[in-house]
Amino acid sequence: MNAPNTSPRPNTLRNGPDEHGQFGQFGGRYVSETLMPLILDLEREYRAAQADPAFKAELDDLMRHYVGRPSPLYFAERLTEHLGGAKIYLKREELNHTGAHKINNCIGQILLARRMGKTRIIAETGAGQHGVATATVAARFGLPCTIFMGAVDVARQQPNVFRMKLLGAEVNAVTSGAQTLKDAMNEALRDWVANVHDTFYIIGTAAGPHPYPELVRDFQSVIGHEARAQILEAEGRLPDMLIAAVGGGSNAIGLFHPFLDDAGVRMIGVEAAGEGLDTDKHAASLAGGSPGVLHGNRTYLLQDDDGQITEAHSISAGLDYPGIGPEHSWLHEIGRAEYHPVTDAEALASFQRLARLEGIIPALESAHALAAVEKLAPTMGKDQLIVLNLSGRGDKDIFTVAAALGVEI
Amino acid sequence: MSRLSDAFARARAEGRAALVTFVTGGDPTPADMGPILDALVAGGADVIELGMPFTDPMADGPAIQRANLRALGAGTTTADLLAIAAAFRERHPSVPLVLMGYANPMVRRGPEWFAAEAARAGVDGVICVDIPPEQDGALGPALRSAGVAPIRLATPTTDAARLPVVLEGASGFLYYVSVAGITGMQQAGQASIEAAVARFKAATDLPVAVGFGVRGPEQAEAIGRVADGVVVGSAIVDLIGEHGAAAAGPVREFTATLSAALRRAAQEKAA
Repeated sequence: MNAPNTSPRPNTLRNGPDEHGQFGQFGGRYVSETLMPLILDLEREYRAAQADPAFKAELDDLMRHYVGRPSPLYFAERLTEHLGGAKIYLKREELNHTGAHKINNCIGQILLARRMGKTRIIAETGAGQHGVATATVAARFGLPCTIFMGAVDVARQQPNVFRMKLLGAEVNAVTSGAQTLKDAMNEALRDWVANVHDTFYIIGTAAGPHPYPELVRDFQSVIGHEARAQILEAEGRLPDMLIAAVGGGSNAIGLFHPFLDDAGVRMIGVEAAGEGLDTDKHAASLAGGSPGVLHGNRTYLLQDDDGQITEAHSISAGLDYPGIGPEHSWLHEIGRAEYHPVTDAEALASFQRLARLEGIIPALESAHALAAVEKLAPTMGKDQLIVLNLSGRGDKDIFTVAAALGVEI
Repeated sequence: MSRLSDAFARARAEGRAALVTFVTGGDPTPADMGPILDALVAGGADVIELGMPFTDPMADGPAIQRANLRALGAGTTTADLLAIAAAFRERHPSVPLVLMGYANPMVRRGPEWFAAEAARAGVDGVICVDIPPEQDGALGPALRSAGVAPIRLATPTTDAARLPVVLEGASGFLYYVSVAGITGMQQAGQASIEAAVARFKAATDLPVAVGFGVRGPEQAEAIGRVADGVVVGSAIVDLIGEHGAAAAGPVREFTATLSAALRRAAQEKAA
């Protein structure tokens, strides 16, 4: 459960982070001295970009014509009927170019890279969605790109590896540690520290050292801004509840942030509970972790008593990370957002249900959020409204799901 | 005077740079650490850096990554690290000992706990790779009030504007990471090292030790002509990786060649 909140709330919850890059005790800039000047440069350049109408104009133009925004807000009539409670709207981020919300952030960051005169792009990826989105924008702007991906993930996500290569990226299979997302991020940081002069690191989620959590959130907030206008148009009022899956948490913070000051809007982030919170095979950093420092920020982590990071597990590679973005840790501590666990098995059932009821195959990440909707919607009145962030499409997951269901493709 | 400043002063009195050696604590096992640390001292090391193993050593190259995995694989805990330090302090009352590692294992039980335990174990200084000056509050105040020196890192990207930020609150010595990169990979050009050391020495009275990419006696000798200290890590860690529990002998011999190189540099300087 959330820690009790004894300190008074600020007037707005949307001003974070503070001048130290912190959300309460979370966030900050825990990086090596070599990277520190670059991180400070990035912050300066981001402030300049925010004040530059030409930056916003170029971003908006690419979002519209290249990404395909705005994404629809779709009333899921049959899912609503099936659950028999609140009206459910799906924010269709899976319809974006490359099939997920990840591209929103990549477009923003590559424009920053160009402003900073950087000529080489690197990124980490787990399932490969952020890697594909990064390789896509690197191709669009003609910049060489190296994607770091754990060797285990390379083996189980071959279609995305091939996609990245088609887009012209070099895929570097990381063989250190557990050879998954966390290790890919370590290796990307090692590359960055050795190539600070010409390289821009496009971090894929709202985590890492300040200003990344802030700028990733801002680029993803297009989701919440659109959803707010769309639900007002459709229903004439704000929703009662927002639901989104949380790995690092970029799609969730993108949906939540524009609503943070709307006290009547309940927010649910959904963590991957893997094989269950009572096992050691889950990825629920808030429900099963504690605050610590990793990958540049202070946040909730899966760790042992000595501060060694423990392995995360989720059927969804995109949620398979032992940490969470610092703003979520803060929203959890002050009680503004709630975080619910959903297991692999629950997500698998919801994955199939949405396909049958709405003709939409969701990403396994988004299927976790759906499973939470299935629990919550029936407890709510028919006049109440839920907006679910359908953050990605499930084509990439069909092999994983088939294997879990014992089907040979 | 502290053990750290004494060690640098002693080397300076001999006209040479201090030899700073790094090994990962618990590599290959906690039980092997006593003989390995003793071998460093016997070989002529002036300052010992004891690495705290971490699952995610993101500033380290392959050699020290593997050492971290060996140490953790052998079950090394923070309590083991502190016990290794305390036992070293008993055997070597005057040799300075520095813990080096990443923030999370250091702050896990709270910075005050860590600082107090380090002080109790006879640790003289702490180098934390991922706590830059901007995050000093996460560990620095606790170390200072426990009498343990927070040792700061400077890098090729630490420009003139930033150097005062790094030096504010620094103590023990200034550790110059001579390459923008990870441990044990490339080596910096001698000219760039000389320019950087001169820049730092104009800005601080702290001894300046140079590390990252110093693989053998020749480089140590060259750097020893300009710096107050020379740090060697990955090359020693590789020997431990190769020889395992039998590493003490080879480590002592190799350390002795480094120590001899620094004394040679001193003679050349004097001549």
